[in-house]
Amino acid sequence: MYTEIARKYLRLDKFPSIWCPGCGHGIILASILRTIHKLELDRNKVVMVSGIGCSGRTPGYVDFNTLHTTHGRALSFATGIKLANPELTVIVVMGDGDAAAIGGNHFIHACRRNIDLTAIIYNNNIYGMTGGQVSPTTPFGAYATTAPYGQFETPFDIARLALGAGATYVARGTSYHVPMLDNLIKKGIQHKGLSVIDVLTTCPINFGRRNKLSSDGAKNLKYIESISVPRSKFEKMNDDERKGKYPIGIFREDDSMPELTAVYRKKLEEIRREG
Amino acid sequence: MAKKLLSGNEAIGKGALEAGLQFYGGYPITPSSDIAEYIARELPKYGGIFIQMEDEIGSAGSIIGASLAGKKSMTATSGPGISLMQEHIGFAAMVEAPTVFVDIMRGGPSTGLPTFPSQGDLLQAKWGTHGDHEIIVLYPNSVTECFYQTVRAFNLAEKYRTPVIILSDEIIGHMREMVDLPEKVEVINRRMPEVKPDKFKPYDTNFGDVPPMPPYGSGYRYHTTGLVHDETGFPTHNPKKSQALISRLVNKIRKNRDDIVEVDFEYMDDAEIGIFALGPVARSALEAVEELRNNGVKAGLIRPKVVFPFCDKELMESSKNLKKLYVFEMNMGQIVNEVERVIGREKIEWHGKSNGEIITPDEIEEYIMGRK
Repeated sequence: MYTEIARKYLRLDKFPSIWCPGCGHGIILASILRTIHKLELDRNKVVMVSGIGCSGRTPGYVDFNTLHTTHGRALSFATGIKLANPELTVIVVMGDGDAAAIGGNHFIHACRRNIDLTAIIYNNNIYGMTGGQVSPTTPFGAYATTAPYGQFETPFDIARLALGAGATYVARGTSYHVPMLDNLIKKGIQHKGLSVIDVLTTCPINFGRRNKLSSDGAKNLKYIESISVPRSKFEKMNDDERKGKYPIGIFREDDSMPELTAVYRKKLEEIRREG
Repeated sequence: MAKKLLSGNEAIGKGALEAGLQFYGGYPITPSSDIAEYIARELPKYGGIFIQMEDEIGSAGSIIGASLAGKKSMTATSGPGISLMQEHIGFAAMVEAPTVFVDIMRGGPSTGLPTFPSQGDLLQAKWGTHGDHEIIVLYPNSVTECFYQTVRAFNLAEKYRTPVIILSDEIIGHMREMVDLPEKVEVINRRMPEVKPDKFKPYDTNFGDVPPMPPYGSGYRYHTTGLVHDETGFPTHNPKKSQALISRLVNKIRKNRDDIVEVDFEYMDDAEIGIFALGPVARSALEAVEELRNNGVKAGLIRPKVVFPFCDKELMESSKNLKKLYVFEMNMGQIVNEVERVIGREKIEWHGKSNGEIITPDEIEEYIMGRK
């Protein structure tokens, strides 16, 4: 019943996972694993780092060097790991609250530093693990346990935040558009610099049920499909048409900027040569 | 030996380099910033990495990450910065990542007195993070000691797989003294596993209370989490396994307290009156002891160089014949609680203040003469 990739990379004795039926997290994880397999990365040199929340449990399920850190701080740990050993491929998985609320500062600074990490945000617009509280990406007007009258605040657009902060690879995919997600993650891992992949995904139990999508996983996925628009199409839409829609695709892929660990390595050689 | 004029903070930096520091992540804050400045300049010459992070929380995260990737790592901070780092000090204790945290104490609470000394973090150093754990806390009182205690901090961190806190303060941090720098210091490195990767369990107690620790990327793939975990590294909430983990984290320090604790005794052999003091207050106290002896008072000094684990045994023995034990500290009563816990209240007189001023030798002498 397991695919070759599942048998190769999953810690099967840790299943079933804590993720609810219909949760999109498993789809994103599968995409990450297919990509690592396709890229033929040495699993001994892959480190997966997470923060806290439903997304935070991802590393526990995969057979790499895995680190489940504190809420919001995964990128700071990953920065230390990558600088300490640039040979490692470091993949950081975070939730929307994890990356853009409590971890917002680490997020923008990792983007600015252009350190070679791949940050994948499982963006389901809600705090799932703690029971459905409002998150920094909860859409205006959507309901959450701590927004019982609807969200009054304007949400973050994580991809635009990453672009503004200087990330050199920025993309948005969804857990509905799976082949596209595979490709976005592949390019993100291959990119030498800070890659951000904002992945729109479902939380049927804590977002769907409160927002007229029911707890049905397929219905929630269809909702994700309905709000996603290819970037090229989105750019041709007027402001009215854009309301409630999210462009998906690659927003930036810039190889011209220096990557931090490479710059550092070169500098260290110079400093040592000069004594 | 090479003689060098250094500040306490520079000596901490120098000690770290000699102990094998390879990664420093920090954030500027008075009065610790000169440690970061020194290391930013010197560490690259040793092939190590310095990074100024976006805040103290990130700094602490980065050094734990670097430690897991196999590098000796440290950070330094003060005041509000050490408060911000507490969550990650707990994380380092939980995952047993060897790390060194330096706290150059300044007046508090809050922003407090940024450029003035205090000893307001003595208990925070042990109890600042949530949950049960033991931790090692050192407190040098001279520039020379800053150097050697920092080397020791790294060695203890590696030996016991634990965060080690070096407490210092604005006085010790910024005073300058001549230091005899040794050509070589003893350096301890974490143990590597003896078993092959397929037999490896990250918290296997078959090798003692301090498990071996391979770096990420070495072929030993394992899971690290701040959740309570069993010997395999994966989360558990089994009460027996939970207790086993916490007991081990506590016992690996408690059981080895004789190896860790260091106390300096001055004039204690025939002392009738003792002074208990730490860091710069102990310098004042030593001067006061000598002055008191000139006046016929048999005074002596007890100065722990290691604040935690606390020197219960040493204090109990050394205070047996004392008529009184005076505790002086630059706060409103912290370490005195530990002293009372060990020897009871009867003999103790406490004097402290929290106004940004050091407790002077005269102040100590007058206080004792006025109460004797």
